[in-house]
Amino acid sequence: MAKMTYIKAITSGLDQVLKDDPKTLIFGEDVGKNGGVFRTTVDLQDKYGEDRVFDTPLAESGILGLAIGLSLTGWRPIPEIQFMGFTFEAMDGIVGQLARDHYRFGGQKNFPVTVRTPFGGGTHTAEMHADNLENYFVSTPGLRVVTPANPYDAKGLVISAVESDDPVLFMENLKLYRSMKDEVPDEKYTVPLDTAKVVREGTDLTIVAYSAEVNESLAAADALAKDNISAEVIDLRSLSPIDTDTVFASVDKTHKVVIVQEAQRMAGVGAVVASDIAEEKIMSLDAPIGRVAAPDSVYPFAQAENDWIPNADDIEAKAREIVNY
Amino acid sequence: MANGSKQIVDFAKIKATMADPYKHPVQVIDREGKVVDPDTLAKYSDDQLVDFMKKMVWERTLHEQTMNFSRQGRLGFYAPTAGEEASEMGSVTAFKQQDFLLPAYRDLPQMIQHGTTVAKGFLWSKGHVEGNQHENPNMLFPQIIIGAQYVETAGVALGIKKNGDEDRVAFVYTGDGGTSQGDWYEGVNFASAFQAPAVFFVQNNGWAISVPRYKQTAAETLAQKAVAMGVPSVQVDGMDIVAVHEVSEAAREFAAAGNGPVVIETLTYRYGAHSSAGDDPSRYRTDEETKPWFDADPLIRMRKVLTDKGVWSQDQEDKLVDEYKDEFKEAMKEAEAAPAQKVSDFLKWTYNVPTPAVKKQIAEFEAKESK
Repeated sequence: MAKMTYIKAITSGLDQVLKDDPKTLIFGEDVGKNGGVFRTTVDLQDKYGEDRVFDTPLAESGILGLAIGLSLTGWRPIPEIQFMGFTFEAMDGIVGQLARDHYRFGGQKNFPVTVRTPFGGGTHTAEMHADNLENYFVSTPGLRVVTPANPYDAKGLVISAVESDDPVLFMENLKLYRSMKDEVPDEKYTVPLDTAKVVREGTDLTIVAYSAEVNESLAAADALAKDNISAEVIDLRSLSPIDTDTVFASVDKTHKVVIVQEAQRMAGVGAVVASDIAEEKIMSLDAPIGRVAAPDSVYPFAQAENDWIPNADDIEAKAREIVNY
Repeated sequence: MANGSKQIVDFAKIKATMADPYKHPVQVIDREGKVVDPDTLAKYSDDQLVDFMKKMVWERTLHEQTMNFSRQGRLGFYAPTAGEEASEMGSVTAFKQQDFLLPAYRDLPQMIQHGTTVAKGFLWSKGHVEGNQHENPNMLFPQIIIGAQYVETAGVALGIKKNGDEDRVAFVYTGDGGTSQGDWYEGVNFASAFQAPAVFFVQNNGWAISVPRYKQTAAETLAQKAVAMGVPSVQVDGMDIVAVHEVSEAAREFAAAGNGPVVIETLTYRYGAHSSAGDDPSRYRTDEETKPWFDADPLIRMRKVLTDKGVWSQDQEDKLVDEYKDEFKEAMKEAEAAPAQKVSDFLKWTYNVPTPAVKKQIAEFEAKESK
């Protein structure tokens, strides 16, 4: 077992699926010789050849069309959309076509496509490079949406995503790429596509988060612990579907919940979790559901992003408010 | 630039000459039924020519019968095909069963020729999933988002190339309006960049619902758009089935041999409305405008050639029409006998592995449906 960064863990998972299944293909802008603009696919073209790992022309809708057409001819495509903001150019491909094709065939054909895309704020990127756009995709029947919050899950989830016969949107957090290391097995393992994980146990309050906000929530939990407030932290990992069993079990234990997301507050994942809890577990709650989210502006210019992205202090403050309700 | 000096580049000249290679659309039989390319026509036996005519009569009859069914409220969305028989039958007959067809909504006749049934076509129109499940697996369903079929064609063609399949291509259709979509360019360009075996058809029928061809682009031809992607292209008289077939066969051969994709623009016409869903062409075009196209009818000119050869008669054609009508009425009965669809089935097909929420909804709907 080696200490591995989040990005290296994804590379290791991709290496594994390329090795295991000769029908897997990685393609996108700059993924070949350059190994991706973040080096996520580094060395994979050298190892598996240009037939398996290749650059495409610069056109995201074309990349999705390629993925769908390759599925129809027996391949297992792993396209990369260079930044999540660029998925707008592939919206028909992902939402209008890919997510619906299994249904259109009455279940007779599978479209085992894993769309990888980096997202998330805090690294001072140019505009349209940091947006949290999961809210557009989690309302799409037929599409699974997952996002790991640590290197171990990153490798296990990317392998599960590729092996899944359903299309999966695999969101990779930019800030986490090189900011955290974990023990990651060299050998193959998988993390299930549709389960959340309790990453810290607690008794007074449940904090539900995903992606980079899991680390912020853990930092908030540390701060709360100094005042003997015991926070349980759940990493959703899968944003569609949401593992409500794990969330509900925790709510039954703590009776208080704060839901955290980096995306804007309007609609979205946090709202779905809140409504699920309200629908099924309202009698278990001792306080209103607390929410921490970015404000409802467009993703800010880089100079203001650290004030915009919810951080550990924001989560801690909301948690205290809910615990003391 | 100094006043009055010669310009370094003559844009006016470039603009005036850029469509020059497309000045003469390929034609074998002209609108009067005169054979203008006897050498090409001589490559076809009388039986083959009669078969072309039968297929066009079949498609025209399918169109007429389908419009009747639509008026009777027995079909859903349907895009009329009258006028486009030479373009559709001439092209699809140049392809083999192993070729992969990516149709749009006006391409049911080609789908049926490529390996599905008329009943399945009706089921698609009626919004039944069996209308998407074809005997020949080398086929998608009619694409509704115009342009998407073009980018997917690049993928199918690349998949064929990567599989090392020999004598196999992808072929796809759109209309004149479809060439304005970004996906049109992305699809042709991707296929070109990967030198993948694809044949891209543009059935230029003059109209994108109510918007005439000239409003789509200032380009003199749609075929010339392919040049920018490094793809050879041709304009063909889309009312001349022999010309369309000949060009399609050549394109297929070129692509299947590993030379990359081809774009074919067929010059044809949409006699009827855009669709059976309330479009009224009298709002945007006059009889005066449409008459020359009706005079150029693909059946009229083929009928003349075959009658001159003594291998076709009106009596024979009338009998065929009756046979086809009976066939289509039977197909409609078959379509109407298909089992009703259930919401629980739609839920089951949404994911390969249903999510917990979907599983719960399947159970809820199954309980309702069993009552």
